[in-house]
Amino acid sequence: MSLDQAQVRRIAHLARLEIGDAEAEHYAKELSRILDLVEQMNAVDTTGVAPMAHPNDAGLRLREDAVTETDQREKFLKIAPAAEAGLYLVPKVIE
Amino acid sequence: MHRKTLAELSAALHKKDISSIELTQYFLARIGRHKALNAFVTLEPEKSLAQAKAADALLAKGQAPALAGVPLAQKDIFCADGWRTTCGSKILSNFVAPYDATVIRKFNDAGMVCLGKTNMDEFAMGSSNETSFYGPVRNPWNTETVPGGSSGGSAAAVAARLAPAATGTDTGGSIRQPAALTNLTGLKPSYGRVSRYGMIAFASSLDQGGPMAQTAEDAALLLNVMAGFDPRDSTSVEAPVPDYTAALKHSIKGVRIGLPKEYFGEGLSPEVAQVIEAAVGEYKKLGAEIVEVSLPNSQLAIPCYYVLAPAEASSNLARFDGARYGYRAPEYSDLIDMYKKTRAQGFGSEVKRRIMIGTYALSAGYYDAYYLKAQKLRRLIAEDFRQAFETCDVILGPTSPTTAFKLGEKSDDPVAMYLSDIYTISVNLAGLPGMSIPAGFDGKGLPVGLQLIGQYFGEERLLNVAHQYQQATDWHKRIPKGFE
Repeated sequence: MSLDQAQVRRIAHLARLEIGDAEAEHYAKELSRILDLVEQMNAVDTTGVAPMAHPNDAGLRLREDAVTETDQREKFLKIAPAAEAGLYLVPKVIE
Repeated sequence: MHRKTLAELSAALHKKDISSIELTQYFLARIGRHKALNAFVTLEPEKSLAQAKAADALLAKGQAPALAGVPLAQKDIFCADGWRTTCGSKILSNFVAPYDATVIRKFNDAGMVCLGKTNMDEFAMGSSNETSFYGPVRNPWNTETVPGGSSGGSAAAVAARLAPAATGTDTGGSIRQPAALTNLTGLKPSYGRVSRYGMIAFASSLDQGGPMAQTAEDAALLLNVMAGFDPRDSTSVEAPVPDYTAALKHSIKGVRIGLPKEYFGEGLSPEVAQVIEAAVGEYKKLGAEIVEVSLPNSQLAIPCYYVLAPAEASSNLARFDGARYGYRAPEYSDLIDMYKKTRAQGFGSEVKRRIMIGTYALSAGYYDAYYLKAQKLRRLIAEDFRQAFETCDVILGPTSPTTAFKLGEKSDDPVAMYLSDIYTISVNLAGLPGMSIPAGFDGKGLPVGLQLIGQYFGEERLLNVAHQYQQATDWHKRIPKGFE
């Protein structure tokens, strides 16, 4: 399986990673090599095998629908790159 | 003092032969003298000494828990309230954790002292500690070689006795492989045994925290503190925690040890094979019964892992967006550009590779061919272990196909690097407990690790089998030159 630069740029966009042209070429080669490794999976017939998502087949537990967290808004906002009036600041998204 | 085990330090503290303050100062000074190893990313002597002072007060009252006052190094993947927690990444270079991981809270409750945060591969992605933003860690056994990874800082710190023990995390071998490369006892517990809350996530269905120590007894003492149900981790298993030291002394006469033939084939260094064979001989002398087992799908573990782990990572690492904490790019045009520049500047190349592989494997049209296929192989791999454990109690093999390799030797070849986890990855896929213990040295004087794999929640048996070997051998007592 080999990826071309356009595919790499598309993946990088989906992953929200800025990449330059030289990088796209580099990653196209490296990612293709990793996918070659991964292709070994196809040597095995897995018809009828149930996918295993997790080592615990028991599944997730439920808990009481009760508030367990305390309000730590100030503490968390203090480590934000930009915050104001109790809110995180990011570039404008709605005109 | 630095040659003492946790068990010995605990006894000395309870007898008041030494105070926790003295002990903490002693290790901090030692860390300061061996900065060249680059084992630590963050030190906060004032915080460490405040914990030591509190521990001494507890000890003075005579009601302190077993490990109160004992210092410990923490892998920089565990959030500790008020401590910078970087996960080896630039993107968290300014992140001061606002809360404690459950593991950290448990060590605090046990009165233990945090000596500092140890270096690691960025987001635990690596097998050599060379992907860290904070520079590579050097192996005290030969400073031209790597200590393994991703828990390389923890491994180097304990191997050089800059700390009596440390924590690690293991997603595909990140406790066991560095333990093997630095002559330590490392334990990756069963999935669900140790809480993942506050442990920065890499691949959530594989990650487990565990101890890296000098002996199996010390690993048992640390697991006693770390293990247990945590309602804050939805995958934590609600099962009682035994005293892991209770079964250490049991005889292993008649215990069936399985050797998987697939772990002794092509790719294994002859010198490592020789050491492992000698260890098998030692186990025979101890009365264990050696049986051959087969794990026929072993060779699929690496391809399967390099779909599942990156897929989970691409999702987990989406949270690092520069909006709420951590690094944010200084210049950007709009929100998407802020995300893209922040992540491009904040992540290193191995992390980017894995995010992109994962993103690709999960993208529309490819899900069945990659992610679903890998999940099916995961079932086959887990099933292999289930069948092998019908005829044996513990599985034994090498931890790593080679001893420590040179810095830079594999750092330009991701696929070659991935192969160094060939014997450890399947254990994570199956969710089983695994250990690496010291078993000897190669011709260059580099340590060889022996891997022991147990049944699900079979940590007691595993520690027992490791401890009995350490009663009959002294490999685990060897310390690298210059650090005696």
